[in-house]
Amino acid sequence: MQESMKYEFSVPTMDFTVAGEASSSIKKVLRQLGIDSGIIRRVAIATYEAEINIAIHSNGGKITCLISPEWVKVIAKDNGPGIENIELAMTKGFSTATSEIRELGFGAGMGLPNMKKCSDDFEITSEVDVFTQLVMTLYL
Amino acid sequence: MKAYWHSVFLHKEKCTGCTNCMHKCPTQAIRVIDGKAKIIEERCIDCGECIKVCPFHAKDAKTDVLSDLANYRYKVALPATSLYGQFPTEYDMNRVMNTFLRLGFDEVFDVSRAADIISAYLNDYVDNAEEERKPLISTYCPAVTRLIQIRYPSLIDNIITIESPSEVAARQARQLVKAKTGLKDEEIGIFLITECPAKVTSIYKPLGLDKSQMTGAVSLKSIYPRMLKLYDSMTGDMVDMQMGSGVGIGWGRVGGQSYAVDIDNYIAVDGIDEVTKVLDKVDLEMLRGVDFIEGYACVTGCCGGPLNVENPFIAKSRIRKQAKKPPIFSDEELKSMCSFENIVWTNKIEPHQILKLDKDFKKAIEKMTKIEALHKSLPGLDCGACGSPTCRSLAEDVVLGRAKFEDCIVRKGAK
Repeated sequence: MQESMKYEFSVPTMDFTVAGEASSSIKKVLRQLGIDSGIIRRVAIATYEAEINIAIHSNGGKITCLISPEWVKVIAKDNGPGIENIELAMTKGFSTATSEIRELGFGAGMGLPNMKKCSDDFEITSEVDVFTQLVMTLYL
Repeated sequence: MKAYWHSVFLHKEKCTGCTNCMHKCPTQAIRVIDGKAKIIEERCIDCGECIKVCPFHAKDAKTDVLSDLANYRYKVALPATSLYGQFPTEYDMNRVMNTFLRLGFDEVFDVSRAADIISAYLNDYVDNAEEERKPLISTYCPAVTRLIQIRYPSLIDNIITIESPSEVAARQARQLVKAKTGLKDEEIGIFLITECPAKVTSIYKPLGLDKSQMTGAVSLKSIYPRMLKLYDSMTGDMVDMQMGSGVGIGWGRVGGQSYAVDIDNYIAVDGIDEVTKVLDKVDLEMLRGVDFIEGYACVTGCCGGPLNVENPFIAKSRIRKQAKKPPIFSDEELKSMCSFENIVWTNKIEPHQILKLDKDFKKAIEKMTKIEALHKSLPGLDCGACGSPTCRSLAEDVVLGRAKFEDCIVRKGAK
């Protein structure tokens, strides 16, 4: 008997027409699985922020969502510049977004703190010039 | 009492099984089985998109007919705000309202007047609401409220717990008629003259209260030709009708409520697909800073209602013009006509978790795994020939025992 599920979504760089699709697809699945609506909302917000981050800051990446009876995990991994100072990146309001991105209403420096707030466990790993990976776990 | 009651229904003999309604349904509530459209009751929000799109007029809303008035000793008509868009602007709306008396009603209570009263309270309601509840979401369109129940349970706290103008009008009408005539409740018939199947459903399955004060509803389209004829042929004195001001009339179109509330940070959205997209953004907490959202299932708002007759954009233009009519009463005077306690909901709105695959989480995962596998083996054309709106929904229907894999005619042909 299968007890967990896996969904994968690729997130292209600089394409806001695609960003958000992983979040809404995952939301639909979780709703059909009957998961608590507060948890669904947190997963959706965390995933959306991760998608936007990948689109803005990286050369593209992938969102993986794992669902088990105990937890939902969202893993966001990108190919990109990486983060030099993770502590600084996690500070509310800190942003490296260009003015072009800010004009679109993104890049306010709330993404990572918000994702952390939505998750029960939040892990971030990064290697400069190679990748950034976020693992966000929400317990059911 | 039955769990579901829907005004939307099918004239089976007119249905050709063409799948137009099934593709248009925003909640995927329609399947075509044995050549006839069938509504999955728990999913239907009575928005009436299927009524609008059906080329054979097989979809309609259950409403009362004028002969039903005979069951009551005193009959009241409650014309919806969007009525103002259904007649050319040179028409005298007082004369239009008088046609209801000739059609057999004893009295007319303009719903636009009730909208005036609600507008007077709504400003304070929005101002005084806790920030966590914002953006506040209007419940004027019951189809949108039902959509929130099904798809956005986390937004239930955002919804405005104020009655619809028609309910407020019905309440006032019932009190006044009882006082005036001494008749019992069951002898008084209060009928909404309506454009909207979702509002009809709210009479029998109300949102936020135990029982509606309305008796039933008559569709505007069913009496419109007679109203036109009467308008031209009526002679004698006209009764001076109590009518709404521009603010109340404005509720008949998208943007009218926001105009009435007089706030800057609002979103007025029409058309169920666009409403869904806006609600998605609210759900992602991306619309912090917006105070108020009015959403309508119908394009242009209520003037685009399925049971109206005029083109929605022509009707909207007419309402826009009439919404310039100056206020008749001050806010204080309007508030004195009906207390705040009399316009708020008494019951909490509950979510309807009808999209769940199974109560048991592990079983739900099993089913979802099967659905994903089946979905991959389907052609992905979303042609609807199987009777389900998309390949994905066929996969769901098969797993939930509502359909068979062989229903896919593309896969069948490939074998």
